[in-house]
Amino acid sequence: MTPARASVARPRPSIPATENPKVVRLGSLPLGDVEGLRRDVIDRCKEGARLVALFVPPRATELVAVVARDDCADIAIQRAALAGPSYPALSSELPAAQAFEREILEVHGVRPEGHPWLKPLRRHDAHPFFQVDGPGIHEVAVGPVHAGIIEPGHFRFQCAGEKVLHLEIQLGYQHRGVERLMLSSSPARRIAIAEAIAGDTTIGHAIAHAAAVEALGAGELPLHAQAVRAVALELERLANHVGDLGALCNDVGYLPGASWLGRLRGEMLNALLVLSGNRFGRGLIRVGGVRFDLDSGQKRELAARLAEVERDLDAIVELVLDTPSVASRFEGTGVVSREIAEALGLVGPVARASGCDRDVRRDHPAGLYRFAQVPVAVTESGDVMARALVRALEIKRSLEFVHDQLREQPEGPARSRQLALEPTPARPDRLVVSLVEGWRGEIAHVAMTDADGAIAAYQIVDPSLHNWLGLAMALRDGEISDFPLCNKSFNLSYAGHDL
Amino acid sequence: MFDTILHVALLLLFPPLVVGVVQKTKAVFAGREGAPVLQPYFDLAKLMRKGAVYSRTTTWLFRAGPIVALAAALGAGLFVPLASSRAPIGFEGDVIAVAYLLGLGRFFTMAAALDTGSSFEGMGASREAAFAALAEPALFLAFAIVCVPAGSASFADAWRALPWRMWLEAHPELFAAALVLFAVLLAENSRMPVDDPNTHLELTMIHEVMVLDHSGPDLAFVLWASAVKLFVFAGLLVHLVLPIPAGWRGAGLFLIGLSVVALVVGIVESMMARLRLTRVPQFLVGASVLGAMGLLVALMERAG
Repeated sequence: MTPARASVARPRPSIPATENPKVVRLGSLPLGDVEGLRRDVIDRCKEGARLVALFVPPRATELVAVVARDDCADIAIQRAALAGPSYPALSSELPAAQAFEREILEVHGVRPEGHPWLKPLRRHDAHPFFQVDGPGIHEVAVGPVHAGIIEPGHFRFQCAGEKVLHLEIQLGYQHRGVERLMLSSSPARRIAIAEAIAGDTTIGHAIAHAAAVEALGAGELPLHAQAVRAVALELERLANHVGDLGALCNDVGYLPGASWLGRLRGEMLNALLVLSGNRFGRGLIRVGGVRFDLDSGQKRELAARLAEVERDLDAIVELVLDTPSVASRFEGTGVVSREIAEALGLVGPVARASGCDRDVRRDHPAGLYRFAQVPVAVTESGDVMARALVRALEIKRSLEFVHDQLREQPEGPARSRQLALEPTPARPDRLVVSLVEGWRGEIAHVAMTDADGAIAAYQIVDPSLHNWLGLAMALRDGEISDFPLCNKSFNLSYAGHDL
Repeated sequence: MFDTILHVALLLLFPPLVVGVVQKTKAVFAGREGAPVLQPYFDLAKLMRKGAVYSRTTTWLFRAGPIVALAAALGAGLFVPLASSRAPIGFEGDVIAVAYLLGLGRFFTMAAALDTGSSFEGMGASREAAFAALAEPALFLAFAIVCVPAGSASFADAWRALPWRMWLEAHPELFAAALVLFAVLLAENSRMPVDDPNTHLELTMIHEVMVLDHSGPDLAFVLWASAVKLFVFAGLLVHLVLPIPAGWRGAGLFLIGLSVVALVVGIVESMMARLRLTRVPQFLVGASVLGAMGLLVALMERAG
């Protein structure tokens, strides 16, 4: 039985794009007015582009927008001068901008006028929750301290009986000031900070940061190092997707799936351990290369481990998705329609489960992905089953990709076990956008350098920032008892959101 | 006298073991070694030694909940057949007394949950009330099937009139009664697929969420009461399927039967995912329908 239709999406464009990371001279980006930027961004997004980042750099004199067009590998950057303490909000017409504008209000005190639900993204103590009034309406408050080992976040449900009318998600308990730390730290420390943005996306954020800095310095990485990075990124995806499928089983009380997939997640982390000496890949990615090369012994060991895991994995994933009691829990639960996914600018497996055909690895390929393609998994139904199915397909394809790479990895110069390149100094007055498809979706790092080549602004967008509102929408008119399952099917990062 | 002592000893000593066997079975199916079978006893001993925490918003109802629940469950245990088909207390209509003793325990558990004023616990109480109302007809229909041959609403009479060889003849109503009893056992004791006793997710819980605020000896009473409840239901099922003689041999056979029921519960829990909360009523109504058909068959046999 196939629970939902899945397809391989359109093939990659024939010419590999090199727009990612994209570096532009600040001088080539004229400072327009905010109204023009607003109109232009909204129009582009209506025509199929999506908002990657919207931020105000530290001196609070300008507004910067990054918009990506996925079907033609285009990344557009716009700047506008901010005149005064407020500007007309983009969110009133572009819901995808809502979290960015709440952050702008919080960090810089610049008011986006006309924002439909304007409260600071993280420091929200003085702001009331959205409330529904009426007979029989009751409120359920969950968190920020939860049962089980998860991060802190507050969920406020407005319910009529078991039905959820509205869910407001309030985060910020994990705020560490990462973006400010990036500005005040030494280059060597920045990569360690990037690795700690979200503990489960160590590799993804580290690659995004390293690629941004390398592009600022105009350095080209040896192909071999790019291959190791891609293998590490896919192993991270594998570990997390396998763990997520297991957690989904656990939430519906399906024991065989939970325990088997939990064990296999450990095997995937161990594969990362073989590669980097750390189960989460800490210390592997460095600006200019990778710390550890793959020698032929390690290659053989990795391949053998993965082949073993693959056998078990195929059997258990098939068992889980074909068990009627599991399917009946997954199907039709927490549906996010394609319209909502597009409007909110969702990314990653969550977006692909709602039929949005987007994947940075194909649409804006960087590093090894310019030469080696991972097929994109897209399903249509937008429910928990779709999100499980997309993960199951991505597991399969990532495994194939890693196997291919281990077999055909380009033999680079023998620079085993050392940092590859001496980092070249960053060019002055540049802006760089670096995109990476982490396991949760698109990770964006945007950096600006000043006239001396020092980093003057650093903006991080974790996929969770886009997707949290998607979870709230998935719950609308659903059952409150389905919340934990929906939450797990999104599995968003609290730390990545709070920074 | 000996039978009564044996009955009370079984009732006091063995309920946590049933829970232990279920948990061990689930652990083995999940590929884990699992906690020892005696773990529920260790848990109870640990909780009894601890102090309890009471919220300032609670009243005597909150403290009464666990005590009444345990007393009601143990009381119900005195009416049902365990080591032999004769229970220490029996009278015409004790079948109904058992159902409502369990109901009394549930009422107080729910009242204690509402007493905390927590939205979680109120949610759990509302779910428990809704599902209990649906489980009750199924339970009574199963009891009715068993009581038809004797024509008496007393467990002692019913089991005397229910010779074991009826299973060897064509009596489909007995299968129906056993299935319905098993379904009600799963629902009433917050087992899968109705409730997940292991989950940590408050929003999905039914029974467990009602007792989140109990601690120490109160929590021990709650756990003990639910173990006794499971024991009573499993005992009824064993008696329906196996001929249990009086005395030591009967007690041994009964315990074996009990372990098999616990094993089956564990296997069911390991093999399937939990039902969506909105599907639980269908599950319970389905059990009632099966019970009604069984009762029809039983009445027709009695008439013709």
